[in-house]
Amino acid sequence: MRLRDPAALPRAGLTLLILLLLVPGFHLAEFNPGVLFEARSRETMGKFIASFFPLATSPEFMRLIMRSTLETLAIATAGMAFAMVLACPLGLIVARSLSISRIGPGPGYLAGRILRLPARFALMFFRSIPEIVWALLFVRAVGLGPAAGVLAIGVAYGGMLGKVYAEILESNDTRPTTALLETGSGRIEAFFYGTWPVVLPELVSYSVYRWECAVRASVIMGFVGAGGLGQQMELSMRMLSGGEVSTILIVFLLLVMLADGISALLRKVTA
Amino acid sequence: MRRAHWVVLMVLVGAIWASFVFLSLDLGQLASLEALGQMGRYIASFFPPDLSPSYLARIGVGTLETLAISATGTVLAAVLGLLLALPAAGRFGPFPRAAARLILNFLRSIPELVWAALMVMAAGLGPFAGTLALAWHTAGVIGRLFAETLENAPEEPAQALRLTGSRAALAFLYGTMPNVVPQFVAYALYRWEINIRMAAILGVVGAGGLGQILYVSLSLFQQPQALTVIIAMLVLVALVDGASAWLRQHLAN
Repeated sequence: MRLRDPAALPRAGLTLLILLLLVPGFHLAEFNPGVLFEARSRETMGKFIASFFPLATSPEFMRLIMRSTLETLAIATAGMAFAMVLACPLGLIVARSLSISRIGPGPGYLAGRILRLPARFALMFFRSIPEIVWALLFVRAVGLGPAAGVLAIGVAYGGMLGKVYAEILESNDTRPTTALLETGSGRIEAFFYGTWPVVLPELVSYSVYRWECAVRASVIMGFVGAGGLGQQMELSMRMLSGGEVSTILIVFLLLVMLADGISALLRKVTA
Repeated sequence: MRRAHWVVLMVLVGAIWASFVFLSLDLGQLASLEALGQMGRYIASFFPPDLSPSYLARIGVGTLETLAISATGTVLAAVLGLLLALPAAGRFGPFPRAAARLILNFLRSIPELVWAALMVMAAGLGPFAGTLALAWHTAGVIGRLFAETLENAPEEPAQALRLTGSRAALAFLYGTMPNVVPQFVAYALYRWEINIRMAAILGVVGAGGLGQILYVSLSLFQQPQALTVIIAMLVLVALVDGASAWLRQHLAN
């Protein structure tokens, strides 16, 4: 006896429907695999890919790559420093756990409300524009080079860090802080004796993780001219020198692994 | 504070200082009145955004293009990811498993934007390059997630079918697939959400969508138009966030 799958027809129908819905999508995305196999593009691409090997390892190129790699690391580090300068005050303002007026009627209720809203808005604005768009903007504002990358990471990651810092301050055990505030200590004392010891490990581990992301981001931002390894890769691609591109790709992967390793080490030491 | 903490702190401060020196960033110059004034003028030149109907129509097309890039890229990635996930889950023995994992790792470790720059060279400027770029990177991510799902799927249903005489392919389709398809769909939708955000910015290397419009208008010093594109990006991402939060809440109940 031949068995039939009773659900086959509806399932096929649903699949077909989804595929039909995608047709305009494929059209809009100018989906045309043929373009990959056109003689002209096949020739350029073939030559380009063939030139991926051997890797470019001439001493002066390696020196250049070394410099760009260091530059990428420096952009990520300096950018993170900027981001933290931005994030710490904003995060502290936004965090509600340090609010005295929350406990009861007290001075500074209005000031707190007035300050908190724009700070929250600024953080949201900073982080909702992607870092590569910030990089594009800063490249035009301060010129090509690493300064644009540092500023872009600083602003975009400042927004992200500020929000997460505030969340960490609020989500950890807030009882020590509240106890201090309720017995009349000032906000600064309450922060350093009540909040700081509790939240420090989490703050550090999140910042280190973000540094790791910043390394990756600073490579990518180079594509729009913000310095570092990405800019070098963009140049090599434009000159169709595949050997250089493949060397840079390998260096990039090594760099990401290195950043992973450093961040794991830092988190272990500080945990 | 323990001694290790002091060491780490000193190293960090040293690293930050070294970074500023290495990049020869002159903070004084960056924060000088002249530089700040220049920055202020640049920011002011973005306002007001260009909201003329004809330009908004163009932005609308760009937004649709971005959505199309992300959707088609994700679908291609899901197909390719599934094809690679089968060997990566060890269905065809240890050697194909290692090979498939290597390919997946390679696809995944190259960021979307680098793929996009490469694909622009292969397929020319435009959304197709963006689609391919998303497809390659996402295939690496999705393939790995699919492979893990396959490895964790219960074996008994497929075994039962095999033992009662069904063919391997049918046992897979009717024994394993029903268990893993919901997870596959969830992963694909999750990546699609990420890819919409990515597709909006891939264009800065020429891979179509809103990013390309932004890049072109900034290059032509049309700041008001650029601001409109940025607003469109923010709105798109906010809508996607909202839709996904809403869907999650309603699907969970």
